[in-house]
Amino acid sequence: MNAPQTPHTLHFMPSAGFRARAKDVVDNPFLRQSFRGAMDFLMTKRAAQFPDAEELESLRTLGESIRQYNLAKLPDLLEQLEANLVRNGIQVHWAETPDEANEIILGICKHHEAKLMVKGKSMVSEEIELNHAAEAAGIGALESDMGEYIVQLAGEKPSHIIMPAIHKTKQEIAQLFADKVEGVDYTDNVDALIQIGRNVLRQKFLEADIGLSGVNFAVAETGTLCLVENEGNGRMCTTAPPVHIAITGIEKIVEKLEHVPPLLSLLTRSATGQNISTYFNMISSPRKPGEKDGPSEVHLVLLDNGRSQAYADEQLRKTLQCIRCGACMNHCPVYTRIGGHAYGTTYPGPIGKIISPHMLGLEATSGLVTASSLCGACGEVCPVKIPIPELLMRLREEAFSKPHDHPAMVGQGAGYSGLISAVWRGWAFVYRSPALYRLTSWLGSRFRWLMPSRQGAWTSVRVPLKPAPKRLRDMLKERG
Amino acid sequence: MSARDRILGKLKQKMPSTVALAPDVASWYATHRIAESGADKAQRFRHFIELAHAEVYAVSRGGWLQKLYEVLAAKQIGKLLVSPGTPHGQRAASELPALGIACPAYDAPIESWKEAMFHDTPAGFTRARGAIAETGTLILWPDADEPRLMSLVPPVHIVLLDAANIYNTFYEAMQAEGWSNGLPTNALLISGPSKTADIQQTLAYGAHGPKELVVLMIEENLQ
Amino acid sequence: MISAQTPPPRPSDVYFFATCVVDQFFPGAGMDAITLLERQGIRVHFPEEQTCCGQPAYTSGFPDEARKVAAHQLTLFPNDWPVVVPSGSCAGMMKHHYPTLFANDPVRKAQAEALSGRIYEFTDFLVNVLGYQPQDLGGDCTVVLHTSCSARREMGVHLTGRKLLGDLGHVTVAQQDHESECCGFGGTFSVKQPEISGAMVEDKVKALKATGAERVVSADCGCLMNILGHAAWKDQQEGRAQPTLPGEHIASFLLRRTSK
Repeated sequence: MNAPQTPHTLHFMPSAGFRARAKDVVDNPFLRQSFRGAMDFLMTKRAAQFPDAEELESLRTLGESIRQYNLAKLPDLLEQLEANLVRNGIQVHWAETPDEANEIILGICKHHEAKLMVKGKSMVSEEIELNHAAEAAGIGALESDMGEYIVQLAGEKPSHIIMPAIHKTKQEIAQLFADKVEGVDYTDNVDALIQIGRNVLRQKFLEADIGLSGVNFAVAETGTLCLVENEGNGRMCTTAPPVHIAITGIEKIVEKLEHVPPLLSLLTRSATGQNISTYFNMISSPRKPGEKDGPSEVHLVLLDNGRSQAYADEQLRKTLQCIRCGACMNHCPVYTRIGGHAYGTTYPGPIGKIISPHMLGLEATSGLVTASSLCGACGEVCPVKIPIPELLMRLREEAFSKPHDHPAMVGQGAGYSGLISAVWRGWAFVYRSPALYRLTSWLGSRFRWLMPSRQGAWTSVRVPLKPAPKRLRDMLKERG
Repeated sequence: MSARDRILGKLKQKMPSTVALAPDVASWYATHRIAESGADKAQRFRHFIELAHAEVYAVSRGGWLQKLYEVLAAKQIGKLLVSPGTPHGQRAASELPALGIACPAYDAPIESWKEAMFHDTPAGFTRARGAIAETGTLILWPDADEPRLMSLVPPVHIVLLDAANIYNTFYEAMQAEGWSNGLPTNALLISGPSKTADIQQTLAYGAHGPKELVVLMIEENLQ
Repeated sequence: MISAQTPPPRPSDVYFFATCVVDQFFPGAGMDAITLLERQGIRVHFPEEQTCCGQPAYTSGFPDEARKVAAHQLTLFPNDWPVVVPSGSCAGMMKHHYPTLFANDPVRKAQAEALSGRIYEFTDFLVNVLGYQPQDLGGDCTVVLHTSCSARREMGVHLTGRKLLGDLGHVTVAQQDHESECCGFGGTFSVKQPEISGAMVEDKVKALKATGAERVVSADCGCLMNILGHAAWKDQQEGRAQPTLPGEHIASFLLRRTSK
């Protein structure tokens, strides 16, 4: 463990606690129904892409091995990527923290006296809250992915990493456009709404000084940035403005170009159930002499923000295998009940629960790690086989164990409670001893009538637990 | 110490000592993707890209211009952006104006005519370098002659594809053409017109890129 | 994950690891499971010293406590007989997590690995080891089957319960909506996140009831405790005297259907 760092705090972190936010959604039948419908839709689409169980399983195994291979060589690959990008004319920047990343990006903007930055979909830019920082610096930052645009207009954050506005109905969006977009009358016709967005944003692509994008895969051997998208706004952002800035986490690297096709296939099929996205955009250099368009400057910002902490531990490193498809949230019964905003983190759902503690510290996220029944649906669909339930159990251990001197992560022990630890020690003391177990379980059935009718949270929606009058071992004895 | 050195330092300190086995991508494709005839690949390409809402027309090497004209006429498009430095661009520019379709050439850096590109260019015409059957995907390597915005900004994108250049998979395409030895400024896979399902999972075409994608597929001498 | 191990020859003896939940809360299910096994000519041994597999502590982030309890269970099965567990999640704990739990203890790790190969979830054992085909002696009825997440995803035995019920000639197995979705139990999850857990079990009970089945059967008593607990609470809330969703362990249901 390196020198302890202060974890990043999200400006948008809602004030109420996780449980309260979750309860708000759970108590809203309309939202419940809407999330359920959306997740059903995405699950069905994914399933249709993988009719052959053997193909799926072997492709997931291949995807896992590609990610693990590349993570094992990560520092070397970062250096190789940097060398090849620089050779290709792309400028490379490194940021340990969100603040550093914002400083780099806004520095480039200021250098170009930029007034407007158009943004393609980038969860890393959400992670560093770039829009917030740009606004503070007097630079316009406009989201151009339709979902992100809607969410930004509404003053919200994405509630899903692939479908940012999945929490909104078309009627809400219709009202939002009518209220916020100049000269627009209410219409809930989806084609018409998309046309409104298209027309507004086309003008912005034309005017923008800076285009910002994320990166899905960065290829070390060729020095190439790959972007996956359907709308074309990613291509617009990376082609139309004179300067393109890409930002990515340090883990999104593959050594070889041949690693890309299997991961791309896993990504689009798992995410939205498409056999491929409409566009796969591979950028290897700024505009070359003689070329007539494309940015004359391309920058890549490589962000750590806690990833090196996950990297340092063999088990936690698996978190970094993620290719951000969102299938884990689509299949998560918890996400389906509470949606993305309740998590209060940039990345919601199962992946959010295991990655956010590295970005924000366990102090801010120890409530999240308990928000799983460990049903395993996430691990089952993960295209690169991240053992998410196993990692959640590990994070629970990190959160609830007594603070010690060599923690694997910032905030270790943040959820420590002397009382709860004592309860578990007592539990182990009883259950490791057959005699004590026999005694306590006998007392349980003997005095079952003493069981309280209110048993904390259990009886909020269930009848109280009551031991049977006779234990199995008693019944076996009686039977002889 | 720079952020770079600190990040790399942290990672190097914890890099696993054992090297992970290199993933065997080649054998996965060898066992999971069968070789197909040219005609089968053309058919599969057409199937998938049509599913993604593209229009595909079979044409001959000599006859594609006639189909190009018919498509433009049917869509009531009177102006087509072409490349002056390519044989197909030149052919379009020499024959279409007589049929009433103006053919401005992409012959100057975008800065000098960006407004016109965004507001007054209803269609663009490019070739595809190749295609991918299993996903219904066009491969484009934009270059100085056919710049990047040609296939993106105009609301209609018309593509000339020689079906002899269809690969079974993306992997096969990059291996056969040695992409890892050097990629252009921009390499693109395009699998339909621009689309989004960001509003209540309802599919809508023409989000930011072309609303329509038309493929003129030369199907001659397929193996 | 599909259980890929080749079934061993039919054993003469098995150990029965009841689990703490069955021992204390569902002893009838344990008795019925034992009776079913004995009817197949198997001698069933119940190690008196058994307590709990250790899962509650393990999944709550207290592996040291889980290890202490698990270490005790490792000593209970000296003979080379299969260990039959009437719960997918406890079987999953013993089969898949014990070896990890003792990764740093070579002696116990070896014991855990040896034990792992002998652990069988109850329905898996009936179908794949004994080749049991129940003879249905009951009248027509419709039931709905809930399979636990551990049985489905960790043990890969979601098909065996369905097969057993399918073999019962007069029983129709109804299909619930979102069958593979978790019931919301998740051990301490149910009390640490009661709002979310409550929403999950509410939806699960609705889906089960919507099938019109007269009862729910499951091979996991943890899920049953949660599902039946909520169904009964709902009945109480709405003033119904008769349970609208009764339920039982699949062993009890099978035994009744095959008894005269």
